[in-house]
Formats: sequence, C-alpha cells, structure tokens
Amino acid sequence: MKLHLVLSRVLALAAAILWVGPYWWMLITSFKTLPELLESPLSPWPATLTFSAYREVWLSVPMARYLANTALMALQIALLQIALALPAGFALAKLHFVGKKIAFGLVLVCLLVPAQVTFVPVFLFLGQVGLVNTMAGLVLPFGASALGTFLVRQALLSVPDELIEAARLDGASDAYIVYVLLAPILRPTLAALFLLSFVFHWNDYFWPLVMTTDDRIRTIPLAIALLREQGTGVRWHLVMAGNVILSAPILVVFALTQKHLIRAVTAKGL
Amino acid sequence: MKPAHRAEPYWMLAPTLALLGLFFLYPLFVATKQSLYSWDLLTPAKYVGFANYQVLWERGELWRAFRNTLVYSSVVVAGSMTFGLAFALALDRPGKVAGFVRSAVFSAYVVSWVAVALLFMWLLDSEMGLLSRLVAFLGLPKKNWLGDPDIAIYTLAVVSVWKITGYAMIVFLAGLQDIPPVLHEAASLDGAGALVRFSRITWPLLRPSASFVGTTSLIISFQAFDVVRIMTQGGPVHATELFVYAIYEQIFMNLRVGRASALVVVFSALILGLTALQLRVWRGRGTA
Repeated sequence: MKLHLVLSRVLALAAAILWVGPYWWMLITSFKTLPELLESPLSPWPATLTFSAYREVWLSVPMARYLANTALMALQIALLQIALALPAGFALAKLHFVGKKIAFGLVLVCLLVPAQVTFVPVFLFLGQVGLVNTMAGLVLPFGASALGTFLVRQALLSVPDELIEAARLDGASDAYIVYVLLAPILRPTLAALFLLSFVFHWNDYFWPLVMTTDDRIRTIPLAIALLREQGTGVRWHLVMAGNVILSAPILVVFALTQKHLIRAVTAKGL
Repeated sequence: MKPAHRAEPYWMLAPTLALLGLFFLYPLFVATKQSLYSWDLLTPAKYVGFANYQVLWERGELWRAFRNTLVYSSVVVAGSMTFGLAFALALDRPGKVAGFVRSAVFSAYVVSWVAVALLFMWLLDSEMGLLSRLVAFLGLPKKNWLGDPDIAIYTLAVVSVWKITGYAMIVFLAGLQDIPPVLHEAASLDGAGALVRFSRITWPLLRPSASFVGTTSLIISFQAFDVVRIMTQGGPVHATELFVYAIYEQIFMNLRVGRASALVVVFSALILGLTALQLRVWRGRGTA
C-alpha cells in the first residue's frame, strides 16, 4: 500500500480512538457504582449494568425541572429569533425606505458583538428592572438575532418580487406574506437557524451563570457543573451520569439533523 | 419594492432593532462610561477618570489577561487547524466507517463545553483518571495537569482543541468537496505523487477555507470562558485567567464594576480588531 494511504488509515484510527474513547469512558463511568469506581477505576466495562448513578443524580437534584427550564428557554429563544428575523429580514431585503442602510449597518455591527462583551452592563440593567432569576432575563437578551436577521435577508434576496406583489394584489396583509407565504419558502434557512440557536442555548453555560442564582430557574449545564463543585469528591460516576443527561439530547438532535447542522456551521447554501 | 404603507418597514424592524440596540449596542456605551467610574454596586459610583485603566495596567492584570488569552488561542487555533486538516484529508472518502469517525469528531463541537470540561477533569483526575493512569503506566513523569501554573493553560488549550477540531475538519471537508476530482486525475496521469498533488492542487485550493477557519476559531477562542470557569477558575495563581474570565472575576468576585468595564472596553476593541482582520481575509479570498 502507498505511504499516504497507510498514513490516512493511521490518522482515521487515531481520530476514532481519541474521539470515541472519551465518550465511551463517560458512558462506562456513569454505569459504575461507587465501590466499583474506587476499586477498579480503569475497568473498561461495568461489573453489572446499573443505573444507580442516574437514580442518585435524579433524586438528589430536581433534574426534571432543570431539563424543562433548559428546553423551554432554548425553544423560546429559537422561536422568538425566527419570529423577529422574518419581518426584519423582509424589510431589509425587499422594501425601500429611508434609513435602510443605517438599519442594515446596525444589524451587521451587532453580528460582531458577543455576549461576553456586553454581559456586565446587561446584567446590571436587568438587575435594576428585576429580571435576574427570571425566564425573561434568560430569553430577552437573545430574542433578536443579528445572524438570523442577516441570513433571512440573504435568503429573501433570491425570492422574486412578483410573488409578493401578486399576494398583495390578492389583498394579503404584510403579516400573512411574511409568516404564511414566505416562511415555508425559507424552510432550509429557518431550520438551520433554529438548530444553531437551540443547540447553542441548550449548551450555554455563560449567560445562565451570570443571570441566575435561584434553583427554580437553573438550567442543565449549570446544574451539572454544580454536581462536581458541591463536593462530590471522588464520585465521578455521578458527574458522568449528569454529563450523559446533559449531552444525550443534543447528540440525538445531532444524529437526526447532522446534514442541516453541518450546512449551517459551514455557512454553505444558506 | 415600495412598502404597502409608509410605516410598514419600521414596525417590521422595530422589535429586532430595539432588542439589538438594548442588549448589544447600548451596553457598549454604558461600559465605556462605567469604565471611568469606581463603583462597587453598593455605594454611589465615583468618577475617577482613567484610573481603572491605569491600575489594571500597572498591576499587570491587563497584560496578563491578554498574554494568557494569546497563548491559549495560539495553541487552540494551530492545533485544531492542523488536526482538522489532517482528519479532513484522511476521512474524505465514502464508507460507513469514515462517516462514523467524521461524526464522532464533529459531535464534540456540538456538545456542551460543560460536558467536555467535566469529562476531561475526570480523565485527568490525578488518582483515578484514565489519562493519568496511562501516563503512569507508560512510565512518563507524573504531572499536575490542572494544578501546575506552567502547564494548566496548555491543558485547557488541548481540551479546547479536542472540542473544536471537528469544526475545522468540517469546513476543510466542505472545501475539499469543491475541488474538481479531474484535477487530481490529470495530475496523477502526469505522474504527480500524493505530496506534489497536495502542495500544488489541494492546499492552494483550500487556502480560502483555511483563512475562514483560522479567523473564526481565533475569535471563538478569544471568547473562551466555560472551560476556565469549570476546570481551573483562572488558577493556579492566575495562570489560566483568560480575558472573559478576568472580566467575570472583577465584577462577580471583586464587585468592581469600573475595572470590569475597563477590561470590557479593551476586550471589545480587541474583538473588533480581530473581526476587521477577519473581514479583510474574507474579502481577500473573493479577489485573490
């Protein structure tokens, strides 16, 4: 066999070991019991397939509420972003009006500003209006997406004006045109936007860490990170069970929508 | 097109612009103003001019945050691009096995930083961790991966490379797919070996993908926070204090809004500078 083919097999094998291995270890650890973990932390297979770590995690913290909080937050953000990006993108792509360039410029500037830059003033401001530890405080700052607005605008540029004019002649309202006529045409873009946004905010640790101290509004990444901080000591099987609970939904979404996600991430065909 | 009503475009844009303005633009002005005040969130704010910047500079905190971030980002960008390119080349072929490995590598980019950080803390656990035991088994010197100030930042960087290599790989794979196979076939017929084909065909045509990945992952790594907060809390002795973590520490641990804001102002300028660089690189790819 030629050298470069050998090399590429070796690389593929290395990638498989280095990337599948840690996941495997996470799963195996989560199926162990504490005595087993202390006795033989390196055994590559649990003595018995036990879900005791999951039960313990589930009973020690309100995991169901954390999952519900996280899903609700990510869903609200993703839907709100789509609902707002559609009319805004429509106006920027299709309508002539005074101040259009300025409006588009503002959207582009916001594309460059990450939450890691704005969190100090936003945290103080939301504190003053009493939105710390509320769902609104978690959702509102991300309600409008500069990226989403930009992507919807780009996608609408290739939709012919005649379609919209014909609908207007039929007496369609603006809301009808945007949400009923154009939204289905933009489905690939909107699906990509939804996926990116949902996955990002499900995983997000930073903003819930800044905005919440209250158990009732806590999201799952925070809760799992706390599992370790709260003195679990050597009880890594619990932390890994939490890790599986945190990552499994995202890995399922990933498995089901891999093509869309990859297209969204590589910014191809949007 | 003419709007149906004169007000139509404005109400369509209003919610988006209001939220973006309130949560992205206005905070930049507020931070700039607050960076000139001394405020502990309890007593009234006091105007201090540029004292916050001066203190941060003289104590070396500003330089430390910048240097740490630069070291971390350099390793992350170089590492993830190298592995990403190597894996893209090795896995750019049909078949279930290659597809599975591609998905495994990319999935790390999709799962939470929290999960990845905790998983590696377990693997690196000094007593029972798989990697620590492996190092001992191979007879290599025992290292305190997260507790040694000379090593910790590189540990964080390597974990981050594991996390985002899939991103680089996916972009490189997309780039590889745009290269017409006929180029390689023609070169092969002319007797060009794999190395020559890579340096004369593949790499020149992948350059745009490389600059895209490079600038994007540079900006991503400059904003790193989760991995620091979970794995080291900026320690030991501030050795892993990256920029965003330094800001977080100033406001939530030291209750110094003014100093946090001064760091925000400098950090924003850095991010904007990097983005300007990114746009230049991207524009360059259109004309080159």
